[in-house]
Amino acid sequence: MNELNLFSMLFALMLAGFVGFQVIQNVSRLLHTPLMSLTNAISAIAVVGSIIIAGEQKTGLSTTLGAIAVFASVTNIVSGFLITDRMLKMFKERGK
Amino acid sequence: MVNSLTQLCYLAAATLFIFSLRWLSRPNTARRGVFAGVVGMALAIVGTLLHPEIVNYQWIALAVIAGTLVGVPLSRVPLTAVPQRTAISHAFGGLAAGLVGSAKYSIWLGEGELTAFRMIAIVVEVLLGFITFTGSLMAAGKLQEVIPTRPITYRGQNAVNFVLLGTAVLCGVGLVVNPANWALFAAIVGLSLVFGVLLIIPIGGADMPTVISLLNSYAGLAAVAMGFVLENQLLIVAGALDGASGFILSVIMCRAMNRSFSNVLFGAFGQVQAQAAASEAKPVKSATPQDAADYLMQAQRVVFVPGYGMAVAQAQHRVREIYDELHKRGIEVKFAIHPVAGRMPGHMNVLLAEAEIPYESLVEMDEINPEMPQTDVCVVVGANDVVNPAARSDKSSPIYGMPIIDADKARLVLANKRSMNPGFAGIDNALYSADNTLMVFGDAKSVLGDIAAALRADREGKAAA
Repeated sequence: MNELNLFSMLFALMLAGFVGFQVIQNVSRLLHTPLMSLTNAISAIAVVGSIIIAGEQKTGLSTTLGAIAVFASVTNIVSGFLITDRMLKMFKERGK
Repeated sequence: MVNSLTQLCYLAAATLFIFSLRWLSRPNTARRGVFAGVVGMALAIVGTLLHPEIVNYQWIALAVIAGTLVGVPLSRVPLTAVPQRTAISHAFGGLAAGLVGSAKYSIWLGEGELTAFRMIAIVVEVLLGFITFTGSLMAAGKLQEVIPTRPITYRGQNAVNFVLLGTAVLCGVGLVVNPANWALFAAIVGLSLVFGVLLIIPIGGADMPTVISLLNSYAGLAAVAMGFVLENQLLIVAGALDGASGFILSVIMCRAMNRSFSNVLFGAFGQVQAQAAASEAKPVKSATPQDAADYLMQAQRVVFVPGYGMAVAQAQHRVREIYDELHKRGIEVKFAIHPVAGRMPGHMNVLLAEAEIPYESLVEMDEINPEMPQTDVCVVVGANDVVNPAARSDKSSPIYGMPIIDADKARLVLANKRSMNPGFAGIDNALYSADNTLMVFGDAKSVLGDIAAALRADREGKAAA
């Protein structure tokens, strides 16, 4: 890997970390449980890496590990988004 | 061309994830946030499937089907079990990171492509991933009570943990120097798995909100490390968002208990129990559910303080019945939510929202405390340490300095408890023996049901007369 790549990744990390802090500090405490299940689903973006490992089929071992990782990530994506929406549906204003 | 299309999908996904969290800030836009997240995730997956390196889709398809089959039931658990589900999903997140790291190590080992930078990133990813995996499984086990919830401590516990982690880090350094030494890699995997377990066993139920938040942060950081391994910026961005969220929640939880990270992780609450149990029991006044209903009827302002005990007794729907009865009489009812009430951040809000209590009535600790002296009746349901006045006044108390809800400042306190057994931390609560407190003993669900029934009978009696 060249140096440029490393630094562009560090830039992405720095900026995303900053944006994350700003955005999440604005989340109402009311919604901290849904916040955790939503960020959980989002960080299951690990599915991207898992799909590549499982699909490129370099070795039997790597394919197996990749497929298990896809399974774990997809479980998080499906259950994370579904349960977040289920909880958010329950938050109602007075009289609604 | 295909590569730019993939990158474009990733860019759109990262943008959508940020919007997703932004829309989550308020209840009226929050569901849009979920939608943005789903679209972002779908784009990311489609973009990845376009990758020219992917030659076989069979295993991916099978894993996706299996993941969906497990994920759907996991999303339908009762809301009292949401903390366990969350811990399990941290575990899966950690597992995915650990496995991808291991797979990459094995691939690059065979191809002789293990540069020092790649090795560092893999070591960090695998360490964080597997620690999060077993640590979260332990947390889930404690929350589900298949593992004893009491802190398990032994002499030299912290020393053992530090030695384990230190050894793992040393193995990591050895690997960077000589990546071909795969025995060191296996040692790191093993040590991380063991360390994750040992890290969580000394932690008790009341500290779970902090620990879950911290594990959330680790899972995010493991995804960031995976991003560095795979040189994928989308992973870095999404992982950083998750890591930041977990970190902010842990800080909020620690502040709400007036404790530091290291105190939560290494200063097991367990040691406190022996000394506190020695203090003698003071006399308390008790009341029947009918008495409680009579006091509530005469009040103008009522504040409920719910705690984990309410969730355990599944009493939130009875609380809602009382809320309805009081509301019909024009009595103002609010709910005082302590940040660490329940087993994860925001847990009480979700349980009360499920019982269809409007969210405007759910008030944070800092907002409700100035109103407590003007409150006629404060009803404490299944909360204990978060209303213990010793946190304000008793310097010898283990919870001294923890911010609490000033329940004792209300004109009358009705406290529901099963019996006078001390709470989780085994700390005496002077609130129960205070002059303005009446204890209503019994199971929360039946006691609150009786109070609601008494209120209903009174209203219907008046309507008939």
